[in-house]
Amino acid sequence: MSQTKIAYYPGCTLKTTAKNFEDSALAVARALDIELVELPKWNCCGTVYSLTDDNLMYHIAPVRNLLRVKQMVRDELVTDDHRMVVLCSMCYNALKRTNLRVKENPEDLQKINDFMYLEDDDYELNVDVIHFLDLLKEIGVEKIREKVVKPLNGLKVLPYYGCMLLRPKEVGIDDPEEPNLQENILAALGAEPIDSPYRKVCCGSYLTVDNKYVVVELAYKILSHAQKAGAQALTTSCPLCAFNLDNRQKEIKEKYPGFKNIPVFYFTQLMALAFGLSNECYGFDLHHTKPEPLLKEKQLC
Amino acid sequence: MTKKIELAPENNKLCEKICSISGEVVTMCDQCGTCSASCPMAAEMDINPSEMMKMSQLGMEEVLETKAIWLCASCFTCVVRCPRGLDLSKVAEALRQIKLRQAEDHMDIKKLTIEELEGLPQIALISACRKFTG
Repeated sequence: MSQTKIAYYPGCTLKTTAKNFEDSALAVARALDIELVELPKWNCCGTVYSLTDDNLMYHIAPVRNLLRVKQMVRDELVTDDHRMVVLCSMCYNALKRTNLRVKENPEDLQKINDFMYLEDDDYELNVDVIHFLDLLKEIGVEKIREKVVKPLNGLKVLPYYGCMLLRPKEVGIDDPEEPNLQENILAALGAEPIDSPYRKVCCGSYLTVDNKYVVVELAYKILSHAQKAGAQALTTSCPLCAFNLDNRQKEIKEKYPGFKNIPVFYFTQLMALAFGLSNECYGFDLHHTKPEPLLKEKQLC
Repeated sequence: MTKKIELAPENNKLCEKICSISGEVVTMCDQCGTCSASCPMAAEMDINPSEMMKMSQLGMEEVLETKAIWLCASCFTCVVRCPRGLDLSKVAEALRQIKLRQAEDHMDIKKLTIEELEGLPQIALISACRKFTG
């Protein structure tokens, strides 16, 4: 089967603290006959979708990224001629919502294109923004199951969604109240998905910068409820959720000494592990709570 | 007997400003409280989200001085649940923007220590700057 080449937008944090997310996702995609081709030139998406009705300035950066896909198609860098895959949940939300806004408001798009007059092309609404989980859904759990060489038997995982993958509805990749995309993948890997109402509750997001104790409280609730439900680890697709749920365990432990640390993975790391891919893509050194003791206990590493 | 609330001109002006920046018709809120029951930050807030809507309807300047508008992390939980289809995250953004557009930043990045700055991922710093500075 010939390999599909599809445009891929990384975003800033996938190159630093979430490098293990990028490395594992690219390796998993290759194992599934997909090459995620990074945009040759990309800029910050803005991280948060601008919610004001009267200011277009913040939509320019996301639209400029969408424009690059057309150039990639022209240069034959990709075989998929209209889609752009995103891994980071926040980038996904910002890019997808901006795309929707300019699709629904041709006048806004005209103004943004006029502003970007130094670009060779106008953005012509020819790109669909999708999340890597959308792509995995399309590939199907059967094919994912076929690639598993090391089933994650006995590993109980809470698939944490947070906000940006599910809300608002028009960009959500799944049912905002009862998502199951990650659950299906985890089950295909042989792991046991754990349920908790907190898998869709906000971790506090960027409040971690100026009000970290609000985040510590929320992260403690999310993690301790996960443990109460039987989870031994969590998965996410957001580098900010990963930071708040993993790195903030340091502050949680200071406030709640009885708290027991719990590893937080990107879902692609568990896929790479189950697919038996090179351990160079795992990047466990970037974790605050090291996953190796749990994985050794389960005889997975 | 029907009672009608007439807003003073300055209150009316603020209400209209909130509506125009957010694109939401805040007067549509009928105070059911679903947002307040759903909000993960409500416990930390000085006023709850439905109070934020009521104060916006009445164009009360005091709403701009609440902690609540800065605690809303735009998680969109209330947005998917509001039975009137209102987008409260846009209303909170409008209230923050009214302050930020007067050059009143909520956060001073210079006050963060080098250790804090080095420990935080870019995604956190950029989004906080986007939400808390003008």
